[in-house]
Amino acid sequence: MAPIISTENLRHLYSEGTPFEHVAIDGINFSAEKGEIIGIIGHTGSGKSTFIQHLNGLLKPTSGRVLFNGEDIFASKAVTREVRFKVGLVFQYPEYQLFEETVYKDIAFGPKNMKLDEEQVDIRVRGAAEFVGVDEELLEKSPFDLSGGQKRRVAIAGVMAMQPDVLILDEPTAGLDPSGRDSIITNIMRYHDATGCTIILVTHSMEEIARSVDRLVVFNKGRIMMDGVPSEVFEHDEELRRVGLSVPEVSLVAKRLRELGLPLDCSVYTVEQAKKALLAMRGGAAGAP
Amino acid sequence: MLRDVTLGQYFPGDSIVHRLDPRTKLVLTILYIVALFLAVDYFSYALMIVVLAACIIVSKIKLRVILRGVKPLIIIIIITGLLNLFYTKGEPILEFWIFKITLEGIKRAVFMILRIVMLIMGTFLLTYTTSPVALTDGLESLLSPLKKLRFPVHELAMMMSIALRFIPTLVEETDKIMSAQKARGANFETGNLFQRAKALLPLLIPLFISAFRRADELAVAMESRCYNGGEGRTKMKALHMRARDWVALVLGAALLAVMIVMNVYKI
Ligand SMILES: Nc1ncnc2c1ncn2[C@@H]1O[C@H](COP(=O)(O)OP(=O)(O)OP(=O)(O)O)[C@@H](O)[C@H]1O
Ligand SMILES: [Mg+2]
Repeated sequence: MAPIISTENLRHLYSEGTPFEHVAIDGINFSAEKGEIIGIIGHTGSGKSTFIQHLNGLLKPTSGRVLFNGEDIFASKAVTREVRFKVGLVFQYPEYQLFEETVYKDIAFGPKNMKLDEEQVDIRVRGAAEFVGVDEELLEKSPFDLSGGQKRRVAIAGVMAMQPDVLILDEPTAGLDPSGRDSIITNIMRYHDATGCTIILVTHSMEEIARSVDRLVVFNKGRIMMDGVPSEVFEHDEELRRVGLSVPEVSLVAKRLRELGLPLDCSVYTVEQAKKALLAMRGGAAGAP
Repeated sequence: MLRDVTLGQYFPGDSIVHRLDPRTKLVLTILYIVALFLAVDYFSYALMIVVLAACIIVSKIKLRVILRGVKPLIIIIIITGLLNLFYTKGEPILEFWIFKITLEGIKRAVFMILRIVMLIMGTFLLTYTTSPVALTDGLESLLSPLKKLRFPVHELAMMMSIALRFIPTLVEETDKIMSAQKARGANFETGNLFQRAKALLPLLIPLFISAFRRADELAVAMESRCYNGGEGRTKMKALHMRARDWVALVLGAALLAVMIVMNVYKI
């Protein structure tokens, strides 16, 4: 199957031609299939945000190409604009972009820009609000009267309402409490299951996404350092530690147990998986004579 | 994008021009501007060009970078040149339709353009080699005699440094909000005047809100550190005039003297 979105040798320089010139990303070859959930992790300043802003054409690469369904997204202005609606991007701290009088109107901003009719807009706004757990009665409130976590949800709904084929979220859980984090991730997964869209999640924290993603891409100093299923990536815990990232605690425990001689699989990195594997082992041992 | 147009950006460096006291540089810039306006003919302009070139070479800032400051004003410069070219009386050397070009016109147009361009380049040299903080410190110190007249010099300087400090932050924020709204399909580039003004709302509202929030936070932060104005306040980086500053000032004064003489004798 052809990838829905891919990049070829993407390279981006900031402040080109000044003393502040700086290579933010270099030689990025990436592709995502339809329906995949991909996690992007990397240390602060590794170029994650720069990279994802290329995927919907907000930043133009210094060199290289971005392909959406096999078509260069910078082919013409019209194509770039079209892609903006197909590739939804939720920025880091998106609550600072809210501006309308009511939550409803703010979520409707994207769909209205798509020139949908009132009825369609209404369906989408209510649908998106439900996905992120924003109650009906909040819709008529001013977005500035909400709590930080609620604002964040509204901002995410604003992008979901455009029903993009690819939904990219830049650190959607930064600065939230653990239960807020969990519920946002759960909401995003529910949205994925309902729509079958591709999800790209950017984060610092392995724990948070290890459970939910199909694939992990590790960024380091503007390049892709690793790309694979989570269990593969967590095998390289030494390397990850060297670039300032941690692996989930459970996968460390599993690794140590493996070293001690227990036949644990390397695909164990969440508490549930560990529990299942250990119980299965005990069951197996008890069954033996 | 946006951040490339910030006026008067500081380029850190370690040249002698960078190391001069900001007060020296401010005074020298004023002397330079006065001298530039005293230039009347070939020799005086040539002298000014040599002086500016020398300063640029010593400052180690690339000519290309300094010329970038001229770019936004190119239209004004061209119009000024053309007006002078066509509206100067004298012996016509070329005539077509209603236009007359005279030798004097050419000369004046060239001088006028030189004057504007050199004015911009000179002031940009100042802002490129002096950090905004140093610049406001220098200004505060130069204006301090006005305190006797109850002129709020310190407050003015504080306001200026806060403003300068927040310009890059606001530019960055504008960039970010603009991108976020574009990601939701906002269109800032096309449409008629009314549509464009309306399209700016999603940008301006969040920007104002965050600016007020920042102002609030900054005020609280300043008050919780007991800031109460300039009285008895000391500086972390106190300004010091050194030998090189006095030499530079003497050279500047000498330049001005020479220019006055040249102006009087029209050379
Ligand atoms: N607008 C900009 N102008 C100049 N340099 C920038 C700009 N934005 C980012 N950079 C630089 O590019 C590099 C990559 O930044 P980027 O924001 O992509 O990192 P990131 O991986 O998203 O980091 P974080 O996890 O902190 O969000 C950094 O070194 C940063 O300083
Ligand atoms: Mg980032």
